[in-house]
Amino acid sequence: MSDTTVPVIRAVPERALPGGAAILLAVALALAVARPVLPELLVRVPDWAIPPYQDWMQALFDFIKDDLGLIHVTRAISAILEWFLDVTANLLYGKNRWPYLGPLPWTAVAAVAAVVGYAVGRWRMALLAGGTFAWIALIGQWDLAMQTLSVIAVAAPTAFMVGLILGILAWKFPRFEAALLPILAVLQTLPFFTYLLPAVIFFKVGPTAGCVATVVYAIPPMVLMTALGLKKVASEVIEAGHMSGSTRWQMLRHVYLPSARTEILVGVNQVIMLSLAMVVLTAFIGMPGLGAKLLSLMNSLKLGRSFEIGVTIVLIAVTLDRISKAWVVKQPVHFERGTPWWERNRLLLIALGAFVGCILIAQFVPLANEIDRKHELSMGSEIDTVIRAVLANETIDAATAWLRGFLTVSVLIPFRDAVLWLPSLSVIFILAAAGYAVGGPRSALLAGGFFAIVALTGWWDRAMITLYTVLSAVVIAAAVGLPLGMLAARRKKWAQPVLLICDTAQTFPSFIYLIPAIMLFGVNDVSVIFAIFIFATVPLMRYTIEGIRAVPEELLEAADMSGATRSQKLWKVQIPFALPTMAIGFNQAIMFAFFMVIIAAFIGTQDLGQELQRTLAGNQLGKNFVLGMCVALMALTFDHIIMRWSATRRKVLGV
Amino acid sequence: MKAIKLVSIAALFAASVSSAQAQDSSDPIIIPIHNWSSQIVMSHVIGDILQSLGDHVEYVTTDSQAVYESIRLGDVTFEPEVWEGAFGASFRAAMEKGGIEDVATHAAITREDWWYPMWTKDACPGLPDWKALNDCAALFATPETGTKGRFLGGPVDWLKHDAEKVDALGLNFQVVNAGSAAAIWAELAAAEKDKKPIVVFNWTPNFAEAVWPGEFVNFPEWVDGCDTDPAVGPVPDKTYDCGNPANGYLKIAAWDGMKDKWPAAYATLKKVSFTNHQIAEMAKLVDIDEMEPEDAAQAWLDANESVWQPWTK
Repeated sequence: MSDTTVPVIRAVPERALPGGAAILLAVALALAVARPVLPELLVRVPDWAIPPYQDWMQALFDFIKDDLGLIHVTRAISAILEWFLDVTANLLYGKNRWPYLGPLPWTAVAAVAAVVGYAVGRWRMALLAGGTFAWIALIGQWDLAMQTLSVIAVAAPTAFMVGLILGILAWKFPRFEAALLPILAVLQTLPFFTYLLPAVIFFKVGPTAGCVATVVYAIPPMVLMTALGLKKVASEVIEAGHMSGSTRWQMLRHVYLPSARTEILVGVNQVIMLSLAMVVLTAFIGMPGLGAKLLSLMNSLKLGRSFEIGVTIVLIAVTLDRISKAWVVKQPVHFERGTPWWERNRLLLIALGAFVGCILIAQFVPLANEIDRKHELSMGSEIDTVIRAVLANETIDAATAWLRGFLTVSVLIPFRDAVLWLPSLSVIFILAAAGYAVGGPRSALLAGGFFAIVALTGWWDRAMITLYTVLSAVVIAAAVGLPLGMLAARRKKWAQPVLLICDTAQTFPSFIYLIPAIMLFGVNDVSVIFAIFIFATVPLMRYTIEGIRAVPEELLEAADMSGATRSQKLWKVQIPFALPTMAIGFNQAIMFAFFMVIIAAFIGTQDLGQELQRTLAGNQLGKNFVLGMCVALMALTFDHIIMRWSATRRKVLGV
Repeated sequence: MKAIKLVSIAALFAASVSSAQAQDSSDPIIIPIHNWSSQIVMSHVIGDILQSLGDHVEYVTTDSQAVYESIRLGDVTFEPEVWEGAFGASFRAAMEKGGIEDVATHAAITREDWWYPMWTKDACPGLPDWKALNDCAALFATPETGTKGRFLGGPVDWLKHDAEKVDALGLNFQVVNAGSAAAIWAELAAAEKDKKPIVVFNWTPNFAEAVWPGEFVNFPEWVDGCDTDPAVGPVPDKTYDCGNPANGYLKIAAWDGMKDKWPAAYATLKKVSFTNHQIAEMAKLVDIDEMEPEDAAQAWLDANESVWQPWTK
């Protein structure tokens, strides 16, 4: 083993830049150097040359909406959705709608959740699921959490159904898949503001629009996983299906879908997690519940109380995640012929019994029905008092003031001015060079082309501010996250708790991170970068740990035997081997940063996010869409370059 | 407290049933919630009063500019705080399209403009004149703005035209927009510690005037058309060469189908009128006393029964 692998690693020294990339980079440099004498035409796309995309898009939207009458279709759909939302809303938190039964007592919901947990994962899951709902009730967030869940209860199944159907179509018709894939890639990088505005205009402000935006956001992984699962079905299974004379529908229903069960359920898991992430953000368009509360707490900088809501969201996420994952692992149980029905459905009966029992108890014990504000156990305002006291501390105050001044004057402003000073063409060529280096002419064309489109929208300066913010934050995140990750990866004992913290930090609703940023640094770029930095460090640490832990034991033994010191082992064996995985972490950090920089508009920025926030106030769909595409195209360029590099590297390493 | 509330609501309910001629629809009245405290509390106060009439009320969080379009479509029933300076343009535009109605005007007089806390005046004694402010611009400089002064504006979706104003009047300031009202208060509180000069966007009625005494900057007086016609105002070739209206209105706007669908609620809404003091009080309950908006509304209703009882008759 050691004979073959060690030379393999030696065989990948830094390759010299391929010729094409060097030429492109040289052009970029030449353009940058020549900037002072360059005609204005080459520095920025002049106003007269910018096609009025915004007006075109606006006209297109107006045409689709009014002339084609799409708004009547969408309003009809929203009426149907609203009916379902009203039912779940009535049951979960007693909104005054048909069927006028709710709200269910919290004990009944918690009991059913516990039984469901038991069914998929025995006592541990039962405790997790029941405990989560008990926490929500005791902390006094029951109504808010139920408002959120009432939308997820409709959005997640809808996203599942639509995703499944699209996935099946993509697997049946390769042409359809080819057309669908780029759309899904754009959907996954589009800033969420761009989902929100069309949702409001076409689907009425409030839960309905929130539900639609959530569904659209959650569909892509479901489609991809379904198509992947169906493609992997073994030919023996398919033959067996044909031999038993199945019709096409029977083949799909009884052969393909059950065989692809695992992938489909992974898709379901993704749908649930994305729905939960999005449903909080839809507070911006009138979605009630935890997100709306969080937004109003953010508006008054109450960190302690926001933190409690964050914990609730994490608990709900962990419960839904673990239960759906346990469901993936659990294979269907088959009973012997003649088993009586109550034995087949034992757990269903227990759940029903607990449910009815709790409802009855709740009739007599008010606290089992609802926990009012006097009895809740929230500590939020106490935590807030402590936080304020800490922040008022002179030393902390002086330290943050110094950091803010230093970063702004010596690092951020020079960097921003440099990025803004560069001619657009120069930036486009730099990215094309990077593309060429990893993927040849095709990637160069793609990377340069995407940025050229951004330049042609006329939003170049704002796009560069977005880019500068993202890059600054990711560089700082890498400087902190990578060493921490390497350190944590040394021992299994350290790695596991750190990974757990990473998971938690990632499920935390993203805009909670804005609050400490504002409290520490006020309204400026340092604050924005700080918020992005917290969020972007997580994937960097996580993939570093996972990459280094995945280095095969044999390799490490070989290194030990050849007398490598610990740092030699790290730099010569572990890191080269982990680099492709770390690159994925880097890529995710950049994607997270692009996501967060737009939310950071709520601190106060001067980039694309601010313009996007402005469009939310009116109904400028065209402008909103163009801005959203600028962000998506920049994100996709980085995604392409890094993933391409990682894939090539993997091939070289033979993993 | 709860018992008192129940009794008073029951009594009110009995009273309102006898007085209201036409029956209100059982569909919910949709009240919007925005991102500043007085509006949130006032929405809940009016919502609670309407509930005491037997109406169903629901709240929806919306953007404060986009809400006028929602009211026109009937998706939202009414807006309790239409500020002339901030929302006058959106409101007028919606009125022109139709579907929205000017229901009532609060007693309160509103003003929204550049504002500074009193300690700023020590450093720049010529205030509140805007030319004096411009002369002291360097005092307001921050690391981000370099040599220019910083003006901390409100969230961009309030659609203020501060950058245009800076340009029109040739101010040596840079506009930095805070993402939320709370960010402004956080910066004000931070400036207070070492009495640093600061100029921010502020408005009255608001709780801030009770916490930080201060004054508005006196810009050239607002004249109608100053925002659209370059000829109006002191600078001949620029728009926005003026301050915001110094005694602006605060109105209530409603969907024009409201009076037929919920006649009793509409009759009450027509009588609703709050003063500057009452509105500042509502904001204070949340921003200073840290109450939940629902509780703040209840507390305000309990303490001011003599104010709102007559509106329900």
